[in-house]
Amino acid sequence: MTQWSTGRPRRLDDAFLSAGSSSFTEFVSAYRPELLPSGRRLPSGASIEAPHGTTIVSLLFDGGVVMAGDRRATMGNVIANRDMEKVFAADDYSVVGIAGTAGIAIELVRLYQVELEHYEKIEGAIMSLEGKANRLASMIRGNLALAMQGLTVVPTYAGFDLESATGRIYSYDVTGGCYIEGGHHSTGSGSVFARGALKKLWRPGLEEQQAVSVAVEALYDAADDDSATGGPDLGRQIWPTVAVVDHSGARFVAQDVLEAHVQRIVAARRDNPGGAR
Amino acid sequence: MSMPFYVPPEQVMKDRADFARKGIARGRSVIVVGYDRGIAFVAENPSRALHKVSEIYDRIAFAAVGRYNEFESLRVAGIRYADLRGYSYDRTDVTARALANTYAQTLGAVFTQESKPFEIEIVVAEVGVDSDTDQIFRLTYDGSVADEQGFVAMGGASDAAEERLGTGWRPGMTLAEVLRLAVDVLGAGENGERRALDEAQLEVAVLDRDRPRRSFRRIVGPLLTRLLGDPPVTADAPTGAPEADRVAPEGNPAPSGETPDAPGQMPPA
Repeated sequence: MTQWSTGRPRRLDDAFLSAGSSSFTEFVSAYRPELLPSGRRLPSGASIEAPHGTTIVSLLFDGGVVMAGDRRATMGNVIANRDMEKVFAADDYSVVGIAGTAGIAIELVRLYQVELEHYEKIEGAIMSLEGKANRLASMIRGNLALAMQGLTVVPTYAGFDLESATGRIYSYDVTGGCYIEGGHHSTGSGSVFARGALKKLWRPGLEEQQAVSVAVEALYDAADDDSATGGPDLGRQIWPTVAVVDHSGARFVAQDVLEAHVQRIVAARRDNPGGAR
Repeated sequence: MSMPFYVPPEQVMKDRADFARKGIARGRSVIVVGYDRGIAFVAENPSRALHKVSEIYDRIAFAAVGRYNEFESLRVAGIRYADLRGYSYDRTDVTARALANTYAQTLGAVFTQESKPFEIEIVVAEVGVDSDTDQIFRLTYDGSVADEQGFVAMGGASDAAEERLGTGWRPGMTLAEVLRLAVDVLGAGENGERRALDEAQLEVAVLDRDRPRRSFRRIVGPLLTRLLGDPPVTADAPTGAPEADRVAPEGNPAPSGETPDAPGQMPPA
């Protein structure tokens, strides 16, 4: 192998110097497959309990897309983590949110971020949004063996398409199926309740701030009825992670803005727990 | 057929070195030069697509002269090396020094073992927290490495170019100053004659130490015109500069003002 096995620099292997692939995953799977989640095998019949991340919602607004995730990870009936981040910037113009086995999901996101940057550096161009969504699908597909033993990862991908100047949402299933969503989408254990809220609150042509508010409220509804989804924690000042992607790129909504949205929703829900309007 | 004559190893090495040097000297020059807020790369390169300067990692860039296919394979190898290392360890564990060592081993092995040495010269540069911690490594066809201070010129007539850079360069120059110096050096002919170089013939990029994470930016369009233009500009702000200051991120087809900084870019390792 090369330098990191001995600490002494040696010449680059042919695997490094060969022409062709601009995919980091392809390179690693040929060179050091054990570094990839898909390169690992569990003993058959085994299943383990690991922290699970829960609800992600995403919705389009006029000129972009918003993605938000709650902060809770659960392991059975135990809250494994209260302030986990589940929404990540994949590159300058897209974000990815994860539900499912947290350890593998976070590893997949790291790999995916390197994959996109690697392509960008080698090719000198940004991959198309469709291409990026398909790369993520093939990574999920690579995780199928682990998924069949209970270690599932189901991401949502959202980005700003520079060609058509609109936001787009891609949903995935556990087998790597990739579907483009119109309007809004939710995934994870609280997704049923979040979807109900999004159906009532979302409409075409929302402003960015309205969309952020809708995302936070949908997560509030998910946490209301799903024990694995964490609601906003006023005592600990833990708010959902909210990312916005528009023509200027991907950015995360600041804590004080989120706090204002949460305070308003909590106040509105006093004496009106279902949020009837 | 007679037996081949005995050729002493000194002669073999000298022939190979002469061969490589001749190949390199035919090409146009690249200048790597430090300025107060980073490291600038200036290449005479009319092509918009075949780059001589490229991003390797967050704080590391690559510049090369010579045969395109040879340095391109080393460039790709360097990106693979850096990304693999950053993925299996941490982003802060990718250093120009380690990459330069690996390149040196590769160039050295090719020089002695293959039928033909690489006809290339490369620079691996890493921008530090201040100009004292900037690192510029120059690697030649035989695998020798030099840790350069401040500036490097590679390619055709590089000795004369280095001499001119040595008289014109001083620490703490602004980006506009070093770019004008570099273009002046690139345009100087052998017998005092001068060639005027416009933006279309130049490939300019910087490692900007003030940018978080990925510090490599290509300088194109109006910003380059402004930096090279007369009268000299005093502000040289490639970071988050407003209106027409296009410092395009690598491969960005539609730079629109500021590129956002993305907190939470990397998930917890």
